[in-house]
Amino acid sequence: MSEREKFGEVLSHAVPLAVDNIDTDQIIPARFLRVTHKDGLAEVVFSDWRKDPDFVLNRPTSAGAKILVAGDNFGCGSSREHAPWALVAWGFRVVVSTRFADIFRNNALKNGLLPVQVEAKVVQKMLAAIADDPTTVFEVDLQRQVLVMPTGEPVRFPIDAFSKKCLLEGVDELGYLLGHEAAIAAFEARRGEAQPAGASG
Amino acid sequence: MSEAVAGAAPRTLLDKIWDAHVVVTEPGCPSVLYVDLHLVHEVTSPQAFSGLRARGIGVRRPDRTLATMDHITPTRGGLATLDAESMKMVAALERGAAEFGIPLYRLGERGNGIVHVMGPELGATRPGMTIVCGDSHTSTHGAFGALAFGIGTSEVEHVLATQCLLQRKPKAFEVRVDGRLAPGVSGKDLILAVIAKLGIGGGTGSVFEFRGEAISALSMEARMTVCNMSIEAGARAGLIAPDAKTWEFLRGRPLAPKGEEFEAMVAAGSDLKSDEGATFEGGSIVLDGWTIAPMITWGTNPGMGMAIDASVPDPATMADPGAKAMAEKALKYMGFEGGQPLLGKAIDVVFIGSCTNSRLSDLQAAADIVRGKKVADGVRMLVVPGSVNIKREAEALGLDRIFMDAGAEWRDAGCSMCIAMNGDLVPPGQLAVSTSNRNFEGRQGPGSRTLLASPATAAASAVRGAVADPREVA
Repeated sequence: MSEREKFGEVLSHAVPLAVDNIDTDQIIPARFLRVTHKDGLAEVVFSDWRKDPDFVLNRPTSAGAKILVAGDNFGCGSSREHAPWALVAWGFRVVVSTRFADIFRNNALKNGLLPVQVEAKVVQKMLAAIADDPTTVFEVDLQRQVLVMPTGEPVRFPIDAFSKKCLLEGVDELGYLLGHEAAIAAFEARRGEAQPAGASG
Repeated sequence: MSEAVAGAAPRTLLDKIWDAHVVVTEPGCPSVLYVDLHLVHEVTSPQAFSGLRARGIGVRRPDRTLATMDHITPTRGGLATLDAESMKMVAALERGAAEFGIPLYRLGERGNGIVHVMGPELGATRPGMTIVCGDSHTSTHGAFGALAFGIGTSEVEHVLATQCLLQRKPKAFEVRVDGRLAPGVSGKDLILAVIAKLGIGGGTGSVFEFRGEAISALSMEARMTVCNMSIEAGARAGLIAPDAKTWEFLRGRPLAPKGEEFEAMVAAGSDLKSDEGATFEGGSIVLDGWTIAPMITWGTNPGMGMAIDASVPDPATMADPGAKAMAEKALKYMGFEGGQPLLGKAIDVVFIGSCTNSRLSDLQAAADIVRGKKVADGVRMLVVPGSVNIKREAEALGLDRIFMDAGAEWRDAGCSMCIAMNGDLVPPGQLAVSTSNRNFEGRQGPGSRTLLASPATAAASAVRGAVADPREVA
């Protein structure tokens, strides 16, 4: 799950989780944040909901799925990056929702997890197709910015050009920032920077 | 500090702070945004320190970085009581701070406390700044007219390494509260009312600017409570333009500028407000302060709030299928029935604390209600001050005695039962009235059930042993 791994085409069946406002405390409860690394988080993704044997991730049909189809406003709440770490560790590469919380979206993009934002009717169609046949395969083509439905119908999704480039080419955002050192130093000089912690901006 | 340019388009407070911090924006790329203050804690930093080591780079501006331990730290008995797992996290922070030269406020030291209580208390949080932290409640600092927002651990690493972040500009969203708050109604009630109106995702992509007479009338502590929970409506940040109260709060704080430098900061800060006619692209709502009642949540997200004397909404009457499904799921988890009141409902736990409501005025509001009374039989009440300093100030005022005489537990500073990482938790199935910020399933411990409310409501409920209206428990 290197954050600098290139994002390839995703061709997979999908896990339906039609719950709105899934917060990051559900994706990974706080008691599992007591880690100083990123390993082993696949075991604890949706830990509390997985106590229900019928929870969708416990079903054999969910095994190997790379796409999660969720309700509105996915990833709200805590800023914990452990949430995308855990989703990626489980095997997800794409989350489909009608809306993503801002911090979750940022965190996901830095970890090779693609937030695919679509209209509610697309989510409904996906859920119906999965209900009909849990092995239904969907395609996500980031280069073309399309989610391809089983009927072959392409659904375009938005992503900003920079995030797309980072995912497709494995561009390292910190490398990009470090490349601006001269501009950062000039910015500080321009502000007459030589002040202690938290000098006024 | 920028001056208004003749003929230039009017700008929002967000525009002004944003513009003053953009290092560069390349075509097709997000902006490189300069960060004035980076706050660090033990839960979201270890992997960022590891990332720096892996690259062989250091922290660019340790003098713009402050660290505390708060999330997993015990509120009784000190670090010696930590288990091995938690101790490793504290050790990782200690090691990172020492290795990279970051000032660290250790557990129990003066200055230590919940990260969002600590920054303002030290005077490190100041108007016009950009402030980030690997914690969504960084929005708290917006009460000082600083653009402050939560980030993930990758971004923590970015800021440590470069003092900058790659960011796209959010939209300014006006939240105007006219009139005054009625007696017995607090900043917490105000923000719970805002979140109930907008819903948990209503502020996504936006930064709230709170304004209006009711906001001006709030104390700095109440303003922090309001900005703190902006994220609970999905907004990245909350902002309140600085005024005389802001400067008075900061004057004399340990890390605030002194003398002429302070006066220069005040003078420069006079432009830190939205210009007349500035456009709020994200939207705008107006509330009437007088109509806000003490609030309480009934469900499993902070947007599921209502006036304390109202009845829990009945999903059967909801037209929107999404809202209905959410309400049904929430009520099933909470064990409540639609159409029933919460007043009088027996409770098990009361928690006074968290970055939302653990400041001195919060503790005073709770103490005013429990003074001379007893916490009801069968109810556990935990009072956790937000910082070492607040604990000392409260003890100097005798608040600790008031709480302990009533039968409450008086603890050391930390996040405690809000995030339930340190052993302070609400047992499965128990019902808590909590002054914290999230009532998500299991937030205060696996199976815990949380009702969010103000310190006054929480204290009144502790005394009654049931959900109570603070206006009726004087």
